Amino acid sequence: MTATQLIGDTERVKWHDKALWAVRSKRDTASAGIPEWEELRELAAQIKQHTLSKLPDYLQQFEEQAAKMGAVVHWASNAEEHNVIVHRILEENKVRYVVKSKSMLTEECGLNPYLEKRNIEITDTDLGERIVQLAEEPPSHIVLPAIHMKKEDIGELFHTHLGTPKGLNDAKQLTEAARQDLRKKFLQADAGITGVNFAIAETGGLVVCTNEGNADLGTALPPIHIACMGMEKLLPRAKDLSVFLRLLARSATGQPITTYSSHFHGPRTNNQLHIVIVDNGRYRLFESKEFSRALSCIRCGACMNTCPVYRRTGGHSYHATIPGPIGSILSPNQDGEAYASLPYRSSLCGSCTDVCPVKINLHEQLLLWRREMVKRRRGPGNVGVVVKLVAWGMKSEKLFAFGGYVARTIMRLTPSFILNSGLHPWGKQRDLPEIPKESFRKMYQKRNKQ
Amino acid sequence: MAANVKVALFLPCYIDQLYPKVGMATVRLLEHYDVSVDFPTEQTCCGQPFSNMGCVDEVKPLAEKFLKVFGEYDYVVCPSGSCTSMVRKHYEEYIEAEPLENLTRKVYELCEFMTDVLKVDHIDKSFPHKVGVHQSCHGLRELRLGQSSEINAPTTSVDKVGSLLSMVKDIELMPLNRADECCGFGGTFAVKEEKISCQMGHDRLNDHEEAGAEIITGADMSCLMHLDGLSRRKKKAFKVMHVAEILAP
Repeated sequence: MTATQLIGDTERVKWHDKALWAVRSKRDTASAGIPEWEELRELAAQIKQHTLSKLPDYLQQFEEQAAKMGAVVHWASNAEEHNVIVHRILEENKVRYVVKSKSMLTEECGLNPYLEKRNIEITDTDLGERIVQLAEEPPSHIVLPAIHMKKEDIGELFHTHLGTPKGLNDAKQLTEAARQDLRKKFLQADAGITGVNFAIAETGGLVVCTNEGNADLGTALPPIHIACMGMEKLLPRAKDLSVFLRLLARSATGQPITTYSSHFHGPRTNNQLHIVIVDNGRYRLFESKEFSRALSCIRCGACMNTCPVYRRTGGHSYHATIPGPIGSILSPNQDGEAYASLPYRSSLCGSCTDVCPVKINLHEQLLLWRREMVKRRRGPGNVGVVVKLVAWGMKSEKLFAFGGYVARTIMRLTPSFILNSGLHPWGKQRDLPEIPKESFRKMYQKRNKQ
Repeated sequence: MAANVKVALFLPCYIDQLYPKVGMATVRLLEHYDVSVDFPTEQTCCGQPFSNMGCVDEVKPLAEKFLKVFGEYDYVVCPSGSCTSMVRKHYEEYIEAEPLENLTRKVYELCEFMTDVLKVDHIDKSFPHKVGVHQSCHGLRELRLGQSSEINAPTTSVDKVGSLLSMVKDIELMPLNRADECCGFGGTFAVKEEKISCQMGHDRLNDHEEAGAEIITGADMSCLMHLDGLSRRKKKAFKVMHVAEILAP
């Protein structure tokens, strides 16, 4: 199965848009239940900005506290180093089977293929992740990785991979089939990998928020837990969680809180806890004056659910680990050339900015990235001569009025079947307005002479 | 209500060229409230299209021109949330702090000028039609002409466009399923991402259709031009009007 390109398939676009709008609506209801919602957002934004302003200090504090409780902290400057570290831990412990509970960071680093090449079987255990793993596709959403698939698609997939009866589309029965299959993987695993939602500098503890409990199962059964985290995941104090846990699930899915908020403080007796802290371009963002706010992101996915472009195009169309508005400002930092067009995949409606629980100025950041791309002569903003010519003409009101007159006259004389045709992107699905003979300035002048 | 206010009309360049009647309606409306309107003919474009493409170098001379043309007026009024927002929220890069502060303080979008400065509390006009209001994004989420559906503040801030329209006699404002979703115009987005843009626009039209609106109105003619273009191609019965055309005598 190939990555789904939604646009063009009207029925599928409608279905995808509706599914995600439902999530956005649940978020609206859940957040409306908190009278101080906007204060919480402001508080979260300030805590994150404070944390980022002292990131090196907090990272150091976190490492010390985590080590005191017996965790081993590793530092990875990029994706490759992250994978090497994880692989080394697994090799040293002769691990062949690994279970993982959703971590977008390991997606970002390409951990699964890296380990598979080295003969280690890694199983994603969260249902959505498991579905896309079986389909050999990347997640299309950071919280709802298989949101692009209908239950019929999943029925077909499970029939092929898990031997469910052909044509079985019942969500409950399909989930049960996945559970039975995953149970074997959990029992077989020698190590469990998880992501990290929050790392607490004060205590050295980790918090992982999940709905299915796989992070708990995957770390309670095997003797080794490897937690992989981006270096921006820090919060200064345990009590800061009281702000973020209230915002996270409400923003993500409209739940008051995720079913499980699992706290890890050091390894269990005779077990190992490894924490891999990853930079992979984050420090570059940290140092950037314009773009550092993107590091506040808590990966709730609300900006995707609300984005009118994301809802109609699907996550795969971004060709980036993290899609949607936040992906469009994070990805160009990873690779400015490959992702040069992403900042332009937005109507700049600003819904993402208003929905963001940590108040990242997403649509303004998209605009800043466009400027950056023009500066670097990359992407669709780098259109050169025509834009420069129009902009130059706009400097003079005489040229503007003359240019407007010429353009209107041409448009008025051009037959409609040419004007309103696919020859220009405007005309493919839209008619031009009826072109007036006179401009406003002309009309206004005439009126004032009377 | 303040009387004998003098304002400069800042007219979006595409309204000047493509929708002169919207400009004329704006003038009629302001004059009806004893506002004397001046249209400085040296004005061209605020630079927003270039800004949204990321072409900073192209914006700077236009921002400087704007300051030169409008800097001396007491009030500058514009029948577009988007262009107003360009001056108020995005000129920072191009104009020095002090003249900018003086400028941004007096640039108003038309509806907010009516509610906040003229303090209009009744409108003596009948408009017996079913009207759907399109909340344009920049007016809503940058100028805060109303509270966007994402925000959950227990606020007293009113929907400025809607509140003016609701003062019109016999008008019926039709509630939408999605009160403030983007129509997909987005400036150059409308042509660079034509398919997505049109899909978004069709979805808006369907919402207005289901709501039973005959007329779609809003404070930004650019969104309305896009919606009108889609609607006419599909031979739908919608009429599109700028809010000034409904409010003006």
